[in-house]
Amino acid sequence: MRKFENQVQLVKYEVLKKVSEYAFDGRLYESIIDIPKIVNEGPNPRFRCCVYHERAITEERIQMALGGNKSNPNLVEVLDSACDQCPTNRFTITESCRGCLSHRCVSSCPKEAIYIRNQKAHIDYSKCIECGKCKEECPYNSIIDTMRPCQRACPTNAISINKMKKATISKEDCIQCGSCVYQCPFGAIQDKSEIVEVIKELNESKTNIYAVLAPSFSTQFNYLELEKVVKGLKILGFKDVIEVSLGADLVTIWETEEFKSHIEEHKYMTTSCCPSFVNYVKKKFFDEKNNISTTVSPMIAISQIIKKMDETSKVVFIGPCIAKKGEKNSVDVKGITDYVLTFEELAAMLDSKKINLENITSSPLNNATETGRGYAASGGVTKAIESYIKMQNIDVDFKPVVCSGIKEAKKALTIAKIGKLDGNFIEGMACEGGCIKGPVTMHYGNKDKKSLDKYSKLAKEKDPKSATEVFNTDNIIKYSSL
Amino acid sequence: MDIYICVGSACHLKGSYEVIKKFQKIIENNPNCQITLKSSFCLGECSDLVSVKINDKIFSVSPESAEDFMKNIISN
Repeated sequence: MRKFENQVQLVKYEVLKKVSEYAFDGRLYESIIDIPKIVNEGPNPRFRCCVYHERAITEERIQMALGGNKSNPNLVEVLDSACDQCPTNRFTITESCRGCLSHRCVSSCPKEAIYIRNQKAHIDYSKCIECGKCKEECPYNSIIDTMRPCQRACPTNAISINKMKKATISKEDCIQCGSCVYQCPFGAIQDKSEIVEVIKELNESKTNIYAVLAPSFSTQFNYLELEKVVKGLKILGFKDVIEVSLGADLVTIWETEEFKSHIEEHKYMTTSCCPSFVNYVKKKFFDEKNNISTTVSPMIAISQIIKKMDETSKVVFIGPCIAKKGEKNSVDVKGITDYVLTFEELAAMLDSKKINLENITSSPLNNATETGRGYAASGGVTKAIESYIKMQNIDVDFKPVVCSGIKEAKKALTIAKIGKLDGNFIEGMACEGGCIKGPVTMHYGNKDKKSLDKYSKLAKEKDPKSATEVFNTDNIIKYSSL
Repeated sequence: MDIYICVGSACHLKGSYEVIKKFQKIIENNPNCQITLKSSFCLGECSDLVSVKINDKIFSVSPESAEDFMKNIISN
């Protein structure tokens, strides 16, 4: 059975499913007005103050399903009507304040913002600068940090609160990692979708549409035989389903070769497969950007291979990632991967067509190697390159530093910048744990890595070279303007 | 003449890479033949052996029958 981690994923899914159903039926624009009333039937609200509020939020979710505000370059947007429940002051003194004598909170405050009334401490928010010293000092842990979850989740401090007390995302600082989308407990930040465009292609296009499936799908559908997902995609209308991991195998070969020559003149090189990590380096470590690998990501690699074989085709990437929606539009590679869908969107499409994966036959998926599939977890790229160096007997000194999440990447890049990195290769993944912990999945579980490993081990091919030798890789595009 | 060999998952599992290698070898040994090998994804005949498409006709070839199949094409 499909399970959703919580109701945030569920409400997003409900809207996407309805939009998808009408889009497949070719009556989206006539029927779109009905969706809020269908999703939020009433008369009683399910989660909010009233059903009208819920419908207003659903309307905003529909807008996101249709692609959101096109003039905003960010891939995620705050849904104003959904963002209204967080305390705006960061620190709160709770009832467990004992009214002690020491008043460490008062003495630690650099702004004299804490006063005692009726033997209890209070914060004067007009003075508070949210430094958190009082919280650290209170012997009873009576002061809590109620920083908004979106702000806490954001690794680049891109989120601030505007005068309407709503969250706003800075275009300059956002690296499109999607942490806020996953962490907002109200589902008030959402990613822009291309689901309607993809369905239009499936309905109307005369050319072949290929689905390229990211290896972390193995964590989302682990309740059934994974091959059934492939069959499901074919029933939806995709001509064929190809593993993104096959692109990863090419990346393993190219990146190893690139590393060998890059390291002759530079101290280190970083990976380039996680677009959010690449955004981070470009925005926060601008001077280091020449050390980013110019090899394209597995998504772009496999899409290029497909387009070489079937020139007029369209390629749809399906994965756990928001940043991929932006990567496909970046300068050097625009138009190679045509659309990006998430696992949430895939589930909505399958269900809107009433395709019950458990009751259909299966269709195999097996081109890539075990290490190509392993890219989906933190440490995967490193492992793939290590094993390839060994397999091919390549003479190179490979000293990897694996960074799981932006916090670790920041540390490594800061040290690398001053030339003190204990290593010469940085593997950067914006999501802690890697793509299997991506922001737009239906659920996470502590067995995710196990599901991925199990799927990886089923790979027929052992060597990236033999897995990819039948494909034409002449004139493959690389990044020039990172 | 272009010959398309399916390298999609189903055909790959049935040995399409080997079929390609065997085809290549025979073509190399017959430098005068005007054949170009091209890989392709799903040709829509997944239930049979490895799918090979010549002039819009689909043939079913196994790694074992690949050599004879190609020799036959060349001699015709």
